[in-house]
Amino acid sequence: MADARTEVLARIRKALGDRPSPVVVPREYHRTGPGSLDLFAERVADYRATVHQVAPDGLVDLITSLLAGRRIVAPADLPPDWLVDQVTWLTDSPPLTVEDLDGSDGVLTGCAVAIADTGTIVLDAGVAQGRRVLTLLPDYHLCVVRASQVAATVPEALARLDAVRPLTFISGPSATSDIELSRVEGVHGPRTLEVVILRD
Amino acid sequence: MGTRNPVTWLGSPKFPDAARTALANTQLRSNLRKATGTIRGRRAAAVDEMPDWEDLRLAGEALKDEVLANLDVYLERLEKSVTERGGVVHWARDAAEANEIVLRLVRETGSDEVVKVKSMATAEIGLNEALEAGGVTAIETDLAELIVQLGNDRPSHILVPAIHRNRSEIREIFRREMPDVPEGLTDEPRDLAEAARAHLRRKFLSAKVAVSGANFAVADTGSIVVLESEGNGRMCLTLPETLITVMGIEKLVPTWSDLEVFLQLLPRSSTAERMNPYTSVWTGVTPGDGPQAFHLVLLDNGRTSTLADEVGRQALRCIRCSACLNVCPVYERTGGESYGSVYPGPIGAILTPQLVDDPHDKQAASLPFASSLCGACYEVCPVRINIPEVLTHLRARSVTARGRSPESIAMAAAAWVFSSPSRYERAQKLATFAKLISRNGRITRLPGPGAAWTSSRDAPVPAKQSFRAWWKENRG
Ligand code: SF4
Repeated sequence: MADARTEVLARIRKALGDRPSPVVVPREYHRTGPGSLDLFAERVADYRATVHQVAPDGLVDLITSLLAGRRIVAPADLPPDWLVDQVTWLTDSPPLTVEDLDGSDGVLTGCAVAIADTGTIVLDAGVAQGRRVLTLLPDYHLCVVRASQVAATVPEALARLDAVRPLTFISGPSATSDIELSRVEGVHGPRTLEVVILRD
Repeated sequence: MGTRNPVTWLGSPKFPDAARTALANTQLRSNLRKATGTIRGRRAAAVDEMPDWEDLRLAGEALKDEVLANLDVYLERLEKSVTERGGVVHWARDAAEANEIVLRLVRETGSDEVVKVKSMATAEIGLNEALEAGGVTAIETDLAELIVQLGNDRPSHILVPAIHRNRSEIREIFRREMPDVPEGLTDEPRDLAEAARAHLRRKFLSAKVAVSGANFAVADTGSIVVLESEGNGRMCLTLPETLITVMGIEKLVPTWSDLEVFLQLLPRSSTAERMNPYTSVWTGVTPGDGPQAFHLVLLDNGRTSTLADEVGRQALRCIRCSACLNVCPVYERTGGESYGSVYPGPIGAILTPQLVDDPHDKQAASLPFASSLCGACYEVCPVRINIPEVLTHLRARSVTARGRSPESIAMAAAAWVFSSPSRYERAQKLATFAKLISRNGRITRLPGPGAAWTSSRDAPVPAKQSFRAWWKENRG
């Protein structure tokens, strides 16, 4: 008997005996859009996430007011000025254990890209984001989005991303639609998501 | 092969019979009407917001057709890119082979427990039962799957397997089956979600192996994509040391940028959101981040025979959004379990019989008759599967294969009943009447000619006889 791989491929070739003619993919859908920071803020808020907008010189004060007195996870390469006083920082270097993360009060990160149309932030484990688990176990996630990182549409956002990095698209706090098909916030992921839009 | 395809549940009655029983269950019907009614309205709003929705559907249809027309090429490409990034690719001809591979991989890790993120492919192959038989416990972590698993129940919807349960029923299941259930649990959805969070937390933190499905795989880059809401998916995809993903061979998209179409079509069609809370994308293994061993099991299980049918193959475009279920008048009244398969509703009616691919399987062959051909499913399908066209095609195929047998006449009758709302109403009343005289689905006393027989023993609800009576009354 042939191995499974050979047999499945042979079955496919046989099934496609009529080899359908090459398909032309119509691409009339919108690749770009007007997407603005206000739209992004509005759409994030629609998911019942909290949104703040600040100028760069207001960031440190805002972080302090949101995180003071708490034990907050920080990716190893968080910008030094975000590491404000009055916060107990749990830096992921050496790597924190799952117990450390589970026992923390929250996590502060940046992001790779954001999407105005859908109110989504995308993490790619790059600068100021760290490993995927850092934004998963803490129950609170504060994410700083720079204005220049906001793409208008889903196609624009994908074009900016590198597919082979580990990616997490986040649209609001953890939720479920499993009870009578209505969205309820707060299951396994962070139950509170706060987004800071940093106007350049 | 020779073994039975577990995509249908062993011992399920044919659709008309199962539907008749379900029609009598008013609680089920009211739960379903409420849930599908809500989601229909919300989906329409989410779609109306997109001026280019029809263009996205056209692109989605064409991309999937392109993948299917060159499926061998794209699969080999995917295999190469996944392997290059440190993943291991396995091929499975059928359910039994896929289950065997997964069980072997789990055993090799030394673990006797896996956490699972909801996946239609693993439900289709009966993986949990196969693992259980091999001494491995599978823990479902998706809230709806957990409700089904704890309630010892069967899934009744693609996206929300526990859609037939309302909040107070869910609370009862949790109270009964969760060892660590919080005292004074209310039926507030928020409370129920919190209970599930607490129940699964320790499992996630200690899990060594996870099993997932995949919504999409990008042939060019080897990236696998999972959309979810709760974060249980992220837990499974991030925390364990070993990740095993079981994926139907049709789940491919050619390139990374093609995903831009489906990431817009799927969330709005399924949960009626602009975007679902979490989408994870990973490619092979990333050192220092997530599972360090990744296995991808590519599953045929009837897909290649589906591909061979020029009309029927469009069912393989399906992205499992469940929009067609939510708009289907037949599904809303009969519920998912009547279809006897993990794939219920309009998509189930065309996909299940093709995956089973056995003209002698009467239950599967009855499914294409479970429709009124109203066309609502085609209108909402994000990848434009012409479900009525495939239904008609499969009906003709089944009649050709089996002649005018009593079953095919009965099924034609079912189709006839479903195609008129007033006939439907009458059939429902009749079903309610049948319920009145039965206890636990068994008839204890039959009026008329059946009386002598039933007085000596309980008779199971006689499927054919009463169906014929129903047929006669409605037809005559
Ligand atoms: S057939 Fe279409 S509408 Fe139905 S689940 Fe599949 S993609 Fe969605």
